[in-house]
Amino acid sequence: MKFVVYLSDYIIPLLFFYIIGMGILMKRPVYDDFIKGAKEGFQVVLGIMPTLIGLMVAIGILRASGVLLLISNALDGVTSVFHFPSEIVPLVIIKMFSSSAATSLLLDLFKEFGPDSYIGRLSSIIMSCTETIFYTMAVYYMTAGVKKTRYTLAGALVATLAGVIISTLFMGLM
Amino acid sequence: MINYLWAFMIIIGIVYGAFTGKMSAISTTTISSAKEAVTLCIAMLGVMSLWMGLMEVARGIGLMDQLTRRLRPLLKVLFPDIPKDHIVNEYIASNMIANILGLGWAATPVGLKAMKELATLNKNSKLASCDMCTFLIINISSLQLIPVNIIAYRSQYGSMNPSDILGVSILVTFCSTLVGVAFSIIARKLSKKPKY
Repeated sequence: MKFVVYLSDYIIPLLFFYIIGMGILMKRPVYDDFIKGAKEGFQVVLGIMPTLIGLMVAIGILRASGVLLLISNALDGVTSVFHFPSEIVPLVIIKMFSSSAATSLLLDLFKEFGPDSYIGRLSSIIMSCTETIFYTMAVYYMTAGVKKTRYTLAGALVATLAGVIISTLFMGLM
Repeated sequence: MINYLWAFMIIIGIVYGAFTGKMSAISTTTISSAKEAVTLCIAMLGVMSLWMGLMEVARGIGLMDQLTRRLRPLLKVLFPDIPKDHIVNEYIASNMIANILGLGWAATPVGLKAMKELATLNKNSKLASCDMCTFLIINISSLQLIPVNIIAYRSQYGSMNPSDILGVSILVTFCSTLVGVAFSIIARKLSKKPKY
């Protein structure tokens, strides 16, 4: 697993090197392209800003009042059997419904335990390998006019559960 | 839905806090959380703009088109019911590549186009086709290779090495997608068997 962490340091620099290098070889206006994309990135973040403010305040209230602690204490009995930190359970559940709400919870975990703690790292990995199941299904099937979704939900849940289990296993190895 | 969830979080928090005497903590948190969200977005502006800028360069060198073409043989295996040269292959491939590269903004519109085409192939039935199920399961299993936003959040909260989760998260994403694909293939086979 040491090797995987080592490799992580190389992925982003190599990607930059490859893309910019190829761009120059192909005589593309790389800097202009970059600026154009960066502008779009700006728009995206400004777009999610109000959502994030609203949700971070709500999660902040939940934590300050002690409700989050209450929930994770209640779940502790079940999750300790699987060596899974109960603090992350709400994150996994909320992620199925709303990505920005899950983000607020993730940041709350970072604040409380630190991003480099076991909980911080495991929740980072879980966040990056799961998707908003219900939101995605609602949007896509609404577009297609589909009412009966057959085995889609089962498959999505199986894939998500696999992601959570495998993350926990890999983190145990590190 | 989100209306109720949001209101519920705030109301439950304040009611519970009133009983446990946490009102002063709640009022400080309310203001500081809002401030924090803005600080975070400023950090995100840098990382997201950097990433999307790089991806625009990648599109300029034809990386998206190239990867889309490479995905074709795989699509034939995953979606056997789609006619070979149908435009929907293009849409599905672009959606997957955009997801892999972490371009959520480019993935959704083309994904919805794919879904509309799949609906026509399905004669606009209200019952999802096997191809639709496979497409969504793979989409939901998360294809994103580099979780740019997670790395940004980690650095904002003082991580020593924000991207050190990258290797593991790629491995896990790969595994969970594989499970999703396996599930879709098995479910497709089972659902084609006569029911009696």
